[in-house]
Amino acid sequence: MSQAPVTESELHAYVDGLVPETRRGEIEAYLAAHPHEAGRVAAYRAQNVALRALYDPVLDEPVPSRLTAAPRATSLHLQRYAAGLVIAFASGAAGWFLHGVGDQGASLAQAVRAGGAPQQSASLAHQAAIAHVVYSPDVRHPVEVGADQETHLVTWLSKRLGTPIRPPKLGKLGYELIGGRLLPGQSGPVAQFMYQDPGQQRLTLYVSTEQSHNKDTSFRFSEQGQVNVFYWIDGKFGYALSGTIDKAILAGVAAAVYEQLDKPP
Amino acid sequence: MHDNSADLIACIPRLRRYARALVGTRGGADDLVQDTMERGWSKLSSWRRGSDMRAWLFGIMHNLYVDQLRKPALATDTFDDDTPVPPVRATQADGLKIRDMEAALELLPPEQREILLLVALEEMTYDEVAASLRIPLGTVMSRLSRAREKLRASMEGRIIVSPLKVVK
Repeated sequence: MSQAPVTESELHAYVDGLVPETRRGEIEAYLAAHPHEAGRVAAYRAQNVALRALYDPVLDEPVPSRLTAAPRATSLHLQRYAAGLVIAFASGAAGWFLHGVGDQGASLAQAVRAGGAPQQSASLAHQAAIAHVVYSPDVRHPVEVGADQETHLVTWLSKRLGTPIRPPKLGKLGYELIGGRLLPGQSGPVAQFMYQDPGQQRLTLYVSTEQSHNKDTSFRFSEQGQVNVFYWIDGKFGYALSGTIDKAILAGVAAAVYEQLDKPP
Repeated sequence: MHDNSADLIACIPRLRRYARALVGTRGGADDLVQDTMERGWSKLSSWRRGSDMRAWLFGIMHNLYVDQLRKPALATDTFDDDTPVPPVRATQADGLKIRDMEAALELLPPEQREILLLVALEEMTYDEVAASLRIPLGTVMSRLSRAREKLRASMEGRIIVSPLKVVK
């Protein structure tokens, strides 16, 4: 059987253990007859070993929390921190809060466990989840006013809630506004905006203006049956973003919502 | 969906290892990983289930790295509560050799370094490297060959450190 000449590519494949078993013997015979090439192969193998020795320890290093955080959740938290919005900070619980920053980044779930939502803000999440479950599966009438009449929607809901509100734009994240509706809250009207992605997956943003009795809260997460909810309270506003999508992805959307609502239009 | 994000997070240590070798500094490497993760999260819905997530993520990192090379920024090291104490390892007898390897790696052109690292650290097949970086297999092979030869030359102390091309 005549042997095919050993190519440069095959030598590399040999170094990396990528040659077929059937060919290995032939390459080894070639190397035995060509000491210069054998030296090269040995050096390349040594490089692989040295590189692994040098960089494999990185695999065992603790992963910084900023890398595991869902998009912008960390910067969102820091933003709040910088703005001094969190009452806990001002009231001498700085140590606890700063500790919380690390927790949040490491895992949103951990932050939720560490947080322990107050009763009333938790009911915000609950109501938002119910509204989500009731309206989001509706095929024909998911919203009262469609996104095609966005100006009307904004004027109407702002008027009814007695304060200017507007739906954040989430198109960059793949969620387009399909419209909104007015709902009864605990003591007055609340608004619900609905978004949909190309796969018909829907998210709802529940906006309440009856939270002045509650303390501001940073991002919290609540699991209401099948529905994941991220919610936060900012002054009299309570926001809750609900969806049945993965928590980490929902957190990313929630962070984008927060960022937009925090800025004047 | 849940599995996707778990898979994404599971890739972080490998992305970090590769980025550390590619970029050289901890801060710069983790910045690159962070950018990669952010893009990964935002594009996760477009990732095709069943396709190779690792190749997809390394491809994202490659694009970001190339962009970064085009507009060099000031490298910064972020120190926070998470910053671990640097691993103790240069005290070993092989310390000097390790340093040499680090320095030699830095001398490689980025496009050669990428390929060598994907092969050596990630143990990707050449086809996987080609798919990840979206370059022809032949280019992978020629760059790998040049990277190894240049690395060998510098480890043996016979490197000609000149980024200039010879013009005849």
